[in-house]
Amino acid sequence: METNLKIKNDLLLQMYEEMVLCRTLDERIWMLNRQGKAAIMASSQGHEAGQIGSVAALRKGYDQCYIYYRDLAVLLTLGLTPAEIIKGFVAKKGEPLSGARQFPTHGAHPEYGVINLSNVIATQIPQAVGAALTAKMKKEDRVIMVYFGDGASSAGDCHEAMNFAAIHTLPVIFFCENNGYAISVPLSKQMAVDNVAARAEGYGMPGIEIDGCNIVEVYETTVEAVARARTGLGPTLIEAKVERYLPHTSDDDDSIYRSSQEIEEAKKRDPLRLLREQLLEGKILDLKEDKYIRENAKETVNRATEEAEDAPYPETVDFFKHVYAE
Amino acid sequence: MAVITVLEAIREAMREEMRNDERVFIMGEDIGVRGGVFLATEGFLSEFGEERVIDTPLAESSIAGIALGAAMSGLRPIAEIEFADFIWPTINQIVGEAAKVRYGTEGKLNAPLVLRAPQGGGVRGALYHSQSVEALFAHTPGLKVVTPSTPYDAKGLLKSSIRDDDPVIFLEHKRTYRLVKGEVPDQEYTIPLGKADVKKPGEDISIITYGLMVHHCLEAAQIASSENISVEVLDLRTVRPLDVESIINTVKKTGKTLIVYEDNQALGIGSEVSALISQHAFEYLDAPVIRLGGPEVPAMPFSPPLENMFMIDTEKISTAIKELAEY
Repeated sequence: METNLKIKNDLLLQMYEEMVLCRTLDERIWMLNRQGKAAIMASSQGHEAGQIGSVAALRKGYDQCYIYYRDLAVLLTLGLTPAEIIKGFVAKKGEPLSGARQFPTHGAHPEYGVINLSNVIATQIPQAVGAALTAKMKKEDRVIMVYFGDGASSAGDCHEAMNFAAIHTLPVIFFCENNGYAISVPLSKQMAVDNVAARAEGYGMPGIEIDGCNIVEVYETTVEAVARARTGLGPTLIEAKVERYLPHTSDDDDSIYRSSQEIEEAKKRDPLRLLREQLLEGKILDLKEDKYIRENAKETVNRATEEAEDAPYPETVDFFKHVYAE
Repeated sequence: MAVITVLEAIREAMREEMRNDERVFIMGEDIGVRGGVFLATEGFLSEFGEERVIDTPLAESSIAGIALGAAMSGLRPIAEIEFADFIWPTINQIVGEAAKVRYGTEGKLNAPLVLRAPQGGGVRGALYHSQSVEALFAHTPGLKVVTPSTPYDAKGLLKSSIRDDDPVIFLEHKRTYRLVKGEVPDQEYTIPLGKADVKKPGEDISIITYGLMVHHCLEAAQIASSENISVEVLDLRTVRPLDVESIINTVKKTGKTLIVYEDNQALGIGSEVSALISQHAFEYLDAPVIRLGGPEVPAMPFSPPLENMFMIDTEKISTAIKELAEY
């Protein structure tokens, strides 16, 4: 796509640091699962550029993000600490989204404008459109981002929400993280077309298919969509083609339906490696700085793991709280 | 005090709340220029404009989901489902999502939305314009379910529902819309959710009921009084939360209980009420608790004799009263 936007080096570097931290955290949580300490994990490895690049285009804490279960990098980039996130995975007290009532990464953090209400696919999409309706009715220039996978694009809620948002020119961005698989079902059995983005035309909004492993492309595309939404021009559908390097969740065995060659091939597009190479080649980063960033991330995650593991479990005394207003 | 219909009471409640609170808006099918298929929102479009009176596409799941998103972000939507029979696509967003917003976010978010729908039969509505849906929603903690019977109750309860900080399913019996008239105060009032109302005091038998059936029960109670059977009629008004105290009080008073409801009898509201009575008022019972509810067929048929066979009417209630009185 054509753009005059020039992404600044310090933003690229910041996004790289976020991506390194997210990958380190993601790998650690997967390990905690394998050690029997974290009950369930949906890895974001391969999705990070899509998530970090798009969040970078938002006004953090003002714009809102309706996310789904594979959006670890969104949470981290919006402001949750690694310790807070790991507390969710080990179900400890102090987990800020749901008090460890929900699966990890689920609940809400109003201060960061992030909502992940349930595991049920596509339900967040009309909810995000409702939030966009609020922004429009209150005449706020808030933008709502809604993240979902290629599988969710098949659900009726996705269609209904996009249709309504386009009719009312609502400030919402539909951000599809298309990794080609809905658990085990490949894209060819999810839809008869190649791109989710193609559907946008049928609703009367722009639909843009991008390389979701190219963080610059993600960022620039989202910046334009945000500008459209913020100035009252309505919704955009962005389809970021990303990769999924691990099974659907820690409970899944992807060797049943995916060859190791296919995954190796997908790793040639590893967004972390691509960004690192881009920074090194552009002399925005040198090897010494890179080593520091990686070690720093590891230390941060080590400390966070310790803090989360040492935390107590939630008290059952609060079990009946928050069913209704008290 | 003006005498108005249930439909007018509902319209007044919404209009007053929309005038009082700019966060309140209404969305649904045909509610704009048409004023709703029953005219519940007649005149709203011209008074409040199309930003607050939103004609939606024919897509109930998103009506609920969008209302939920609006509610979580600070507005107070009234989402109208044209007929309760079309409410099933909202189950995912209402039972699955809205009911769990507060609990699943540890109280950080709440969902102050009202999902309104006309329900119930006896109007030649057949299988898909006659259903009663309260039990399916009432099963879920996190939701409130309101089933008004009179204009006074409908107005006061709907105003409370709109002001409530949690999701409320507001089910209006469509047969009461124009049939039932009653006095409504000129001044502002609300009725708290979760409080039942003794519509007629009595000594010998308690009837516990709600919605349209309240009126059939009152008729049957009148007939019974001519046969020297004194019947108390307790209108639950809300089926979640249930007013356990009022239920137990009436049972303690009479010792004989009939529960009347149009929705399918098995596993319905009456089943829960019956269990509560058995648990909390067993020693006061002089007869088994009797339920008179919808029969074991999936929905109400069209042809008059078939529809009549489904519907509970005054005659059926009178028969049940006699049987219980003789026990």
